Amino acid sequence: MKLNVTIQPLFLISRFKTLPDPTKFLKLENVTYSWSGPSFFELKIADLNLARSETVLLLGESGSGKSTLLSLICGTIVAESGCVNVAGTDLSALSAGQRDRFRAEKIGLIFQQFNLLPFASVQDNILLPLKFAPERRNRLRDLKLEAKRLCHDLGLHDGAMSSKACNLSVGQQQRVAAARALIGSPPFIIADEPTSSLDAATQATFLELLFAQSRTHGTTLLMVSHDARLANQFDRVINMEDIAQTTRGAIV
Amino acid sequence: MILRLAFASLAARALTVCMSILAIALSVALFLGVEKIRTGAKTSFADTISGTDLIIGARSGSVQLLLYSVFRIGNATNNLTWESYQDIAKRPEVDWIVPISLGDSHRQFRVMGTNKAFFERYKYRSDQTLKVARGVIMEDLFDAIIGADVATTLDYNVGDPIVVAHGLASFTEHDDYPFRVAGILEKTGTPVDRTVIVSLRAIEAIHVDWQGGGGIRGQFTSIEAKRQMKLEPNAITAALVGVKSRLKIFGLQRFINEYPEEPLLAILPGVALQELWQIVGIAETALIGVSVMVVITALIGMMATIFSSLNERRREMTIFRAMGAGPRVILGMLLLEAVLITAIGAFIGLILLYLGLFAGQPMIDTAFGLWLPIEPPTLREVGVLLGIVAASAIVSVVPALRAYRMSLADGMMVKI
Repeated sequence: MKLNVTIQPLFLISRFKTLPDPTKFLKLENVTYSWSGPSFFELKIADLNLARSETVLLLGESGSGKSTLLSLICGTIVAESGCVNVAGTDLSALSAGQRDRFRAEKIGLIFQQFNLLPFASVQDNILLPLKFAPERRNRLRDLKLEAKRLCHDLGLHDGAMSSKACNLSVGQQQRVAAARALIGSPPFIIADEPTSSLDAATQATFLELLFAQSRTHGTTLLMVSHDARLANQFDRVINMEDIAQTTRGAIV
Repeated sequence: MILRLAFASLAARALTVCMSILAIALSVALFLGVEKIRTGAKTSFADTISGTDLIIGARSGSVQLLLYSVFRIGNATNNLTWESYQDIAKRPEVDWIVPISLGDSHRQFRVMGTNKAFFERYKYRSDQTLKVARGVIMEDLFDAIIGADVATTLDYNVGDPIVVAHGLASFTEHDDYPFRVAGILEKTGTPVDRTVIVSLRAIEAIHVDWQGGGGIRGQFTSIEAKRQMKLEPNAITAALVGVKSRLKIFGLQRFINEYPEEPLLAILPGVALQELWQIVGIAETALIGVSVMVVITALIGMMATIFSSLNERRREMTIFRAMGAGPRVILGMLLLEAVLITAIGAFIGLILLYLGLFAGQPMIDTAFGLWLPIEPPTLREVGVLLGIVAASAIVSVVPALRAYRMSLADGMMVKI
């Protein structure tokens, strides 16, 4: 007898409802956001779509609104108008706490400045997002072993696991930040200039790991960079100038 | 894990955290210290006299009579005649009566004339009686018994001579008839420790050739002649009375207060003590107020420290939020930190208090005659400590909310 079994990807096993169109993993429509304060900045994005498993390089000058766009996608800030839909969930419909939980479950973040907790060990830094993401945590049998495996894949020796983050070199910190984003295989990885502090060889290894993650787990990857030479390694390249309209000036 | 990270974060800011803990510890030690002194003073006052039903003196205020007769503070406005004393002593309600005669001094200490019954009848701290540490109770006319503080301060031993001065601040001394230290009393924590006790007859004896505050020129009665004299006083300062039945106290008090021969006053020591506390209650309240303000200042200082550390912790909070920590975690971490700092501070404050008590107890006793008992914290003190910890949690809500709002506003863009 033949069993007809559909295996659902892990990231779809979620309490958040999925999009009707599975190819549209990320969708931004008519989104506006402005920073008030001494210097006014407004970002408008008419339309941005990312398909599932797609690897996208986002290029843009400094001040073009890349970080604001990433914050909107992460749900740490909420669009003033328009729709930000990630993995089938309209972020503006969620409360702040729900957005935090959603981010923990669905998005692995790699910051430009690594943003590790300097006083915490490498292991604690890597395992931190799992504390707030039970679904990601449940995918792993042994959390510490997985953290160690990721570190090994990224070229960090086992002894570094107990080191404090503040005692690591810049390159090592970058790798720990990558391991923290990758652990528990989140369906979406956002990386903000992650290769800026790495030498050419480590940069290549690092990118290969991200792409491998995308291939193996169907992870969508959105990476911000100034380095246009990386473009040919991604499925698609988006220029901020093409998708975003920015206004800036002092409030009178 | 979050708890471990919270501790690691605290350890990373050890200096500022230690300063906050120190501020809390000092304020808690000060607050509890004031509380100990306040309750110690109250207990010490209340324990000064017990077992005495009435104190009799010339008519004045009840607090004044209590102060000069028991605490040796201030002076009597008038005396009680010996006839009245004897008349009262004969009353059927009276179980015992002890005369007290004050007026002279030795160095900075008061001299009290009384009889041997004082050593049996005077009781303090519930039911303690006076005990002689060295020597004996008065045997000779010119024997003096000195309190523990007198002996310590003046370095007196049994057999040392004592010359009594006439009055309290007088240069005239009864140096013709020096006393001898016959005994030294054990420490009591009462004004008795700072008193030179002689017999009532001796008080009369040293004043035989005196008139109007000075010796009569050319007149000298020998000690032997004085020993043969009756030496009955004309008047005394006050008397302590024990009544046969408690039911008779008010009747006897009324009788004395309406005594037809001279204006007298009989007071119940407990009631007079209450009146005294009502008078000093304002100072007591002010003292509590000051120490409460100290604690509040320390808590506000802690809040200021948390506020000022928010900028340096901005990245930390944003990392937590970016990793998915919700508002509860951010608020909880800051509340936990505040509670932890205060709890450790309160504990160290308690240790400082007891170290201070061990070190300062003899000095406070010597300087102020206040014996502070070293006892475990009372339920009230534990309650106060828990209240301070709870207050710290409330106070830290403000910076915690600000931290959360900051982490929201920062988004993914903290590049400090």
